[in-house]
Amino acid sequence: MGGIPHDKYEPKTKPEKWLHSRLPIVGLIYDTIMIPTPKNLNWMWIWGIVLAFTLVVQIVTGIILAMHYTPNVNMAFQSVEHIMRNVNGGWLLRYVHMNGATLFFIAVYLHIFRGLYYGSYKAPREVTWIIGMLIYLAMMATGFLGYVLPWGQMSFWGATVITGLFGAIPGIGESIQAWLLGGPSVDNATLNRFFSLHYLLPFVIVALVALHIWAFHTTGNSNPTGVEVRRGSKAEAEKDTLPFWPYFVIKDLYALVVVLVVFAAVVGFMPNFFGEPDNYIMADPLKTPAEIVPQWYYLPFYAILRAFTDDVWAVQFASFISGGIIDAKFFGVVAMFGSIFVMALVPWLDTSKVRSGRFRPAFRFFFWILAFDFMFLMWLGARPAYEPYSTFALIGSTYWFAYFLIILPLLGVFERPQTPPDTIEADFDSHYPPKPAE
Amino acid sequence: MFTKTLLSAFLALGLGTAGFAEVEEPEIEDIAFSFEGVFGKFEEEQLQRGLQVYTDVCAACHGLNLVYYRNLGDEGGPAMAEDQVKAYAAQFETFDPELDDFRPAIPSDNFFDSGMETAPDLSMMAKARKGFRGPYGLAFNPLFRGVGGPEYIAALLSSYTGEEKEEAGAILYENTAFPGGWIGMPPPLSDELVEFEPAHKNDVESMSEDVAAFLMWTAEPKLMARKKAGLVAVLFLSFLAVMLYLTNKKIWAKAKRKD
Repeated sequence: MGGIPHDKYEPKTKPEKWLHSRLPIVGLIYDTIMIPTPKNLNWMWIWGIVLAFTLVVQIVTGIILAMHYTPNVNMAFQSVEHIMRNVNGGWLLRYVHMNGATLFFIAVYLHIFRGLYYGSYKAPREVTWIIGMLIYLAMMATGFLGYVLPWGQMSFWGATVITGLFGAIPGIGESIQAWLLGGPSVDNATLNRFFSLHYLLPFVIVALVALHIWAFHTTGNSNPTGVEVRRGSKAEAEKDTLPFWPYFVIKDLYALVVVLVVFAAVVGFMPNFFGEPDNYIMADPLKTPAEIVPQWYYLPFYAILRAFTDDVWAVQFASFISGGIIDAKFFGVVAMFGSIFVMALVPWLDTSKVRSGRFRPAFRFFFWILAFDFMFLMWLGARPAYEPYSTFALIGSTYWFAYFLIILPLLGVFERPQTPPDTIEADFDSHYPPKPAE
Repeated sequence: MFTKTLLSAFLALGLGTAGFAEVEEPEIEDIAFSFEGVFGKFEEEQLQRGLQVYTDVCAACHGLNLVYYRNLGDEGGPAMAEDQVKAYAAQFETFDPELDDFRPAIPSDNFFDSGMETAPDLSMMAKARKGFRGPYGLAFNPLFRGVGGPEYIAALLSSYTGEEKEEAGAILYENTAFPGGWIGMPPPLSDELVEFEPAHKNDVESMSEDVAAFLMWTAEPKLMARKKAGLVAVLFLSFLAVMLYLTNKKIWAKAKRKD
């Protein structure tokens, strides 16, 4: 892995040389662990480690849960309760896995918004960003599939609503929906395939994470100033960077453990806070719950999905020019996926020459509105779909698209950014001034 | 698009101040149950009283099929003695497919299913209902008071007004805790309906609380083990965090010229 000049692994002993000429794996691990890292990274650069750790926790707890779980509509609910009641430590595995999904999404949202604030997505890190978005999509799919497995009321009706989104695609939608479900409605075939895919997708995520890490190890980390590490020589690079081990490993571990204190408190004292009580009622296809609410981490996008109703100008226009093929439901589905798609395109939508939001006052203003908008939409996603919430949701959705499609491209042209420091070293030294020579 | 946005914004400002027409959710009172909080524990006596209320009253219609009689002897639960558990189980007949006949239940059998189709099983009820959600869905109440399942059960059992009405051939009873206000279940409790041994307060409210606590235990039998593990984990991880903080400080001292 290249980019920033640094010491490479040199096999010294005979067995080391023997292995290195056949499989340079020790060198690969050494280069990965010792990667030169900008020494001014702040505490928002810790979420990657939290995410990697959570992924491992989810896979390990998930594999053990799968040993006791039965993917059958008549037994799934009872088998989860069997885990909670009769399997040794089963309640712990299950609550860690359940709340692990919440930790995963809190961390990923902070990770994404850190990237948006500091312009981490900009050249040359577009590929890292795109892979990250793919990971995020795979996480959303995995979380949704996993929520169906306990076969509670929300599992069943959530699956019905979400697969119904595919049914909104004009013409072929209903066939796609039936193909996804394995039948005309959510049933045993659905549960079986969802279990299978819920087991598969995390390993796809592992592969994508490897690519994500490979990509940013090639370009080097971004950093809060957005100024690149100097790469003229090893000596020059060492003024801007410190090796990942031990500096950032220990820093990240410290941050991870602080996060885990909170996580342990949630699992220990309020494990059902993020859940829906209705999911402790076994799925009943004949009884629709009063409100079907997705898990909290889908709510902003669920709000966007619901915002575009028949009476919205844009929907009526789309319906008119498509000759009625595009209805409000399909428009909402497109808007929901579109809201993530525009985020994936941000490396090309942001026209500013300055990378970091730290030096872009006007950008910062709009960025914080976006962050607020995200929380606002999250709240609206769980509110009933009547006034004034519908109008709020429409405003929130409009801002989301406007930020990416209008504000970011124009800001780069009209904004007058401040001047970033020349080097990372200069930024670091301004925080930690060198001692005067004695 | 922008005009639309501006227009919507103005509309929303107008509506936002005037139009917060929230559907009123029934007001559930917070109860300071012994099992709440970081150090919360089930009270064995309360669970045993709750079991008695369940057995004498609720069990006439409602099942508890995820619970086994042996669980009554579990630590962190009613913790009844082995012979008490056996004696309790033996009151009930269970169908044994091997004998192809009924026999007295033993501790390894589970509680029976609901005897009435419209009466839901109660094993998970305390986790399947929420008492608190607001204000405005912002989840501050559940954050500080808990989700409120047991509070909802206790409120439901003690919030009958005495009014009845007939609807589609069924009698409905007015209950201020029930969403919609009218419930099909007749008032199950009345003062001094159950006699406790040893004697204990047995008005409707205290019996409601006892049975709500018991149902919290049936829904979350490992609650005490969970809280204990949570406390140990928090303390251990906090200690580890301090150690890592100091390590981190030491490692960075030279780079930050603070050594």
